[in-house]
This record gives sequence, C-alpha cells and structure tokens, in this order.
Amino acid sequence: MELLALFGDFTVRTVAIGAALVGAVAGVLGSFALLRQQSLLGDTLSHAALPGICLGFLIAGSRRLEPILAGALVSGALAALLVLLLTRTTRIKTDAALGVSLSLFFAFGTVLLTYLQRHAGAAQAGLDAFLFGQAAALVPRDLVVLAVVGGGSLLVVVLGWKELKVTTFDADFARSLGRPVVLIEFVLTVLIALAVVIGLQLVGVILMVALVIAPAAAARQWARRLEGMVVLAAVFGAASGVVGALVSASFRGLSTGPVIVLVASAFVVVSLLLAPERGVVWQLVHALAQRRSLRAHRVLVDLYRLAQDHADLDYASEQGMLDAYFGGPTGHVLRRLERRGLVSRAQHMPEEGTHWVLTGDGRQQARELLTPFGERDAAVGGGTP
Amino acid sequence: MTGLQGWLDQPGVTIVLIGALVGVAASLLGAFLVLRRESMLSDAISHSVLIGIVLAYLLTGALDSPLHVVGAALAGLLTVWLTDVLVRSRRVKSDAAIGLVFPALFAVAVLLINVYARDVHLDTDAVLLGEIGFAWLDVVRVGPLEVARSLLTMLVITLVNLAFVVFLYKELKLATFDAMLATALGFRPGLVGYALLALVSVTAVGAFDAVGAILFVAFVIVPPTAAYLVTDRLWRMLVLGCLVAVGSSVGGYALALAFDVSIGGAMASTTGVFLLVALIVGKHGIVARALRRRTPGPPPSILRERETGGAP
Repeated sequence: MELLALFGDFTVRTVAIGAALVGAVAGVLGSFALLRQQSLLGDTLSHAALPGICLGFLIAGSRRLEPILAGALVSGALAALLVLLLTRTTRIKTDAALGVSLSLFFAFGTVLLTYLQRHAGAAQAGLDAFLFGQAAALVPRDLVVLAVVGGGSLLVVVLGWKELKVTTFDADFARSLGRPVVLIEFVLTVLIALAVVIGLQLVGVILMVALVIAPAAAARQWARRLEGMVVLAAVFGAASGVVGALVSASFRGLSTGPVIVLVASAFVVVSLLLAPERGVVWQLVHALAQRRSLRAHRVLVDLYRLAQDHADLDYASEQGMLDAYFGGPTGHVLRRLERRGLVSRAQHMPEEGTHWVLTGDGRQQARELLTPFGERDAAVGGGTP
Repeated sequence: MTGLQGWLDQPGVTIVLIGALVGVAASLLGAFLVLRRESMLSDAISHSVLIGIVLAYLLTGALDSPLHVVGAALAGLLTVWLTDVLVRSRRVKSDAAIGLVFPALFAVAVLLINVYARDVHLDTDAVLLGEIGFAWLDVVRVGPLEVARSLLTMLVITLVNLAFVVFLYKELKLATFDAMLATALGFRPGLVGYALLALVSVTAVGAFDAVGAILFVAFVIVPPTAAYLVTDRLWRMLVLGCLVAVGSSVGGYALALAFDVSIGGAMASTTGVFLLVALIVGKHGIVARALRRRTPGPPPSILRERETGGAP
C-alpha cells in the first residue's frame, strides 16, 4: 500500500508514467527483435547511442530531451548500418560485427563525454545520468516527448502490422509476395532504435537492452500468436517500468534502471517456470500427470488380460501377481482406480492378501484402451511386454 | 637499472605499456572468440564480472584482494553457464539468452553498490570508463624497480594468456575450427572453451582499472576482426591482432593528449582506425572484394569440368 501511496507524489507519478510508456514500447518492438533473433542489436543500439547523446547535447547546448534523442537515434542508426555493412560486404560474422560496432561507438562516446566534461563547462553534469538512467531527471515536458515518439512508433507497428509480421516470420515469402523487405527491415530497425532511445534517460545505455529483450522473452512463453505476444510484452514491459520506478523511489539511493531491469528479469524467470505448455514447472506437472495416467492404463489392461486368459470376466487377480506383471508396486495405482470406480477389491478364499476385480466400467475402459491395437491383440491377450 | 627505472617513472610510458598489455592480453583471446562466433560473450562477461568484484569487496572489505580475480572468473563462468542453461532449455535463442543474463547480473551488482558500497571508491563510472591516466600513481616494488601496480597485474595476465595460447595452441585450434573432430580425437573442446572464457573474465578484471569494462570489449573484438580481414592463417591473425592492439595503445595515447580526452576511450577508438585500414587494404576487405568483382578471373576448375563434362 505504501507503494501505491507514492502515486500521490508528483515526481514519482511522472517517473512511473514515463517508465510505463518506455516499457510498453520496448516490449512491443522487442518482440520483433527477439523473433528475428536480433536481440543483441538492442545492445549495440543502446551503447552506440552514447556519442549521439553527447553530440545532441553539444549542438543544442542544453540538456533538452529532443536534440539528445535525435542524436541518439542517428548514432544508433549509423551503428546498425555499420553492422549491416560489415556483415554484407566482408566475411565478418554478425556477432563480431555487433561487437565491433558497439565497442567503437561506445569508445568514441566516452571520448566525446570526457571532451564535454573538460571543455564545455559544468553544464553537462546530467549527461552521466544516461549511463545508468536517472528517474529524477525526468520532467513532465519529457513525458510529452516520450508519448509522441512512443505512440508514433506503435502507430507505425499497427499500420504496417501485416508487413512486419510476414517479414519477421518468413522474409523469403514476403519477398515472393513483392513486399519491399529491405525497406520493412530498415523501418523495423529504426523502430527498435526509437524504442531503445526513449528509454535511455530512465534505464541508461548499459541496461536498456534488457528492457528490449526481457518482456518479449517472458511474453513468448505464454503466447502462441504474434498478436498475443506483442500485447503481453507491452503489459510486462509497462508493469516492469511502473513497479521498478516505484520500488526505486521508495528506497533511497537505488538507481532506477537496474531496478526496472531486475523486475523485468523476474517476469522472465516466472514465465520460464510457470507458463502453460512451455513453462518448466508446467511441463513437470504435465509429465507427472501423464506418467500417472499411463500407469493406471497399464494396470487396467493387465487386469483385463489376466481375466481374458482365465476366461473369467470376474477373475480376481492377486495384488502380488499384478506387481510382478507390472514390474513394480501397483497398490497406489489400484487404490486410485478403485476411487474412480474402475476396479473393486475381492476376497479369494484359500489365499491371503488383497485381490482385485475389474468393474463393468473398468472392463469397458480397458477395451477402449486396447481397441487401437486391434481386436486380435485384445482377443489373444497375453502379458505386457 | 636506473635507466629502466627512469623510463618507467614517466607516466606516459607506463600508461602506454598498460594499454598495450591490455590490448595484447585481450586480442590473443579475442581471436578465438571471434572465430568461434562468441564475440558478444566478451561483452556479457565484461559487464557481469562487476558482480564478482562487488561480492569479493563485500566479503573482504578490500578493493584489491586476490579474491577479486577469483570472484570475477566465477562471475564470468556463471554468465556463460546461465546462458548455456537457458539455450539448452530451448525456450530462448542464444542471442536472447546472452541479453537476458548479463543485464540481470550487472543490475544486481549496481544495486549492491548502491546499497552497501556507497562511500567506497567503486563507482560505476570508473568501472565503465577506467582511469588509466592515474594508473602510474599506484606503484609497488619489484626487486630494485618501482612498477605501477596495474602494469604488473597486466603483465602477469598477459603472460598467462600467452602461455595458454602457446601451450594449448593445437587444442584451441581444433576446438575452434572443428569441435566434432576434437571430441572424436579425445580432446575436450567444451573444457577448452570454458578455460578460454575464464581467462577472458580474469583479463576483464585486470582491464577494469585501465580501460574500463566496455572499452575492454573493443580490445577483445576489434583487433582480431581487423586481422581476420587481412590473413587466413591463425597464427598470423594472432600476431597481427597484437600489433594492432599495441599500435592502438600508442596512437590512442597521442590522440588523448592532443585533444585532452579519455585515454582509454581514445585507445579503443584507435582500434577502429586499424579496422578501417584493414577494410581498405585487407585481402578480405571491401576494396579487395570490389576489385575481385570487377575483374572476374577464370571460373573455378570444378565449374569448368562440370560444364564440359556433360551429364554424369
């Protein structure tokens, strides 16, 4: 509740709204980056924004957001272009090209940053905030910029949805349809760069890659369709932003960026464990349930075949014999079948120990289980292999 | 001896030597990372060793204990292992796995600094950007000589990396180019890979003081990539990478003095100049490629045979 009370605080509300915006946009565009296996392009784009941030500041002469974002976008796009140039025209592989572009742009950025620090006076003090993000530096006017840029990129995604989708999943097919694939890929890269750039002030250049990848990776676990994945990634991203902003505001001295990143990472861990069909825990539970029902089916069939072999539908099999047939203890399986009304206990006078008989329902189910294997198999009977 | 001491007492010499050693140590290992298509792992490791350093600091209370190296190596291996686990779970692809693991570890490290190490000289700027300019102030005695501490550390790390590459040259080469064959012959390519990445982590820690985490990545990736455009032989690639690294250190220092900017940043940027040169003059560079296209030689013999040989 204390966290919610923070919403009353004007600054905190500004930051939370900004973080939600940034997270949602990063989630949507990160989904495309993730599916195209270009996640680390986000890393290169965000590190490469540093020289652009410095140049934007240098040209505008102030810490206004628009020129800085424009500079970050331009240098990010140049870095992406360098990656493309290196991979398309030489034998340098994608990973090395990404690393080259990332480290050279960042190195040049630090050169510019120190140049500004030493030659452009103290006014640059706020630029350091872009390394790790500084929520307090966000003012309501910035929100408008974030909303316009973020909203604009989302609008492009909605308008070009079909093209983006087909290019993401099957670029060759898109080409055969006559779609301008190179143009679409270019637009997508610019959009991803925009998503990275608007987050720099809050999350910082080092960690922004996480906000591009994590919500999308979490959403991927739950969704089977692109539509669902994108919406869910936006929700995860926005939630990471809001929760991260509130948590970092309520403890003194916690940087905003790292907290947001950790919340997003927590979403990934939970999704990897719990998501239906793909989640680790879900698959474990599913496997256990399957193993259990398989055991029940085998015991039913064993009972049925024993009855057949004795030409007595009400033949009572001793539990020890069933254990031997089954190759392990069957007591708990039989008790579960008894609860479902498929078998019942019987006494076989001369002998001790529990005996089991198939009920009518049980016989019916055993027959159904054997049908796929052919009437002949069911009629001849015999033990389990 | 006094001559050598007088030489070492010049800050410029010490700084250039440290830069060159970081460059040589990094690009020796980087050549294999680039060839194994694992370049971006160096980026991941260079970020996440921070958590090893922070935890070592919190445990010992000292900023330069040997535990740092151990902590950093473990953090680097943790990154690689977690990435491996994620990839093998087949729920995320390898690029996304890298991008999920290292930011999380780095974020934890930054928050630990936020909370526990507020007043200590462990600020994140220094880790990212390095302070090679002050490295010559912190000296230790070795016999009759006074040597900068970072210089000594980097010298040891460089020798270890050199020994690793020289003595395990055959194993590294095989594991890099044909891991299947390496396995079939009874080598352990996985083990070699982990050893390589552990050394990358240790080198990253040594480089922290000098050029910072991300500029270290430039030294790991760019010199070998430039060399890769020039030659087809592994040993030449290693030697050329080292030369590029040394040249970048010298040139970067000169540029940093001329413009009064970050020395580490200038050194890392200078590696880009060498890459540009390689793109122009290298036999796999852009110019060579364009020339090859303009003057098509005779088609490869296999094609000619197929054309004249008729149907098989």
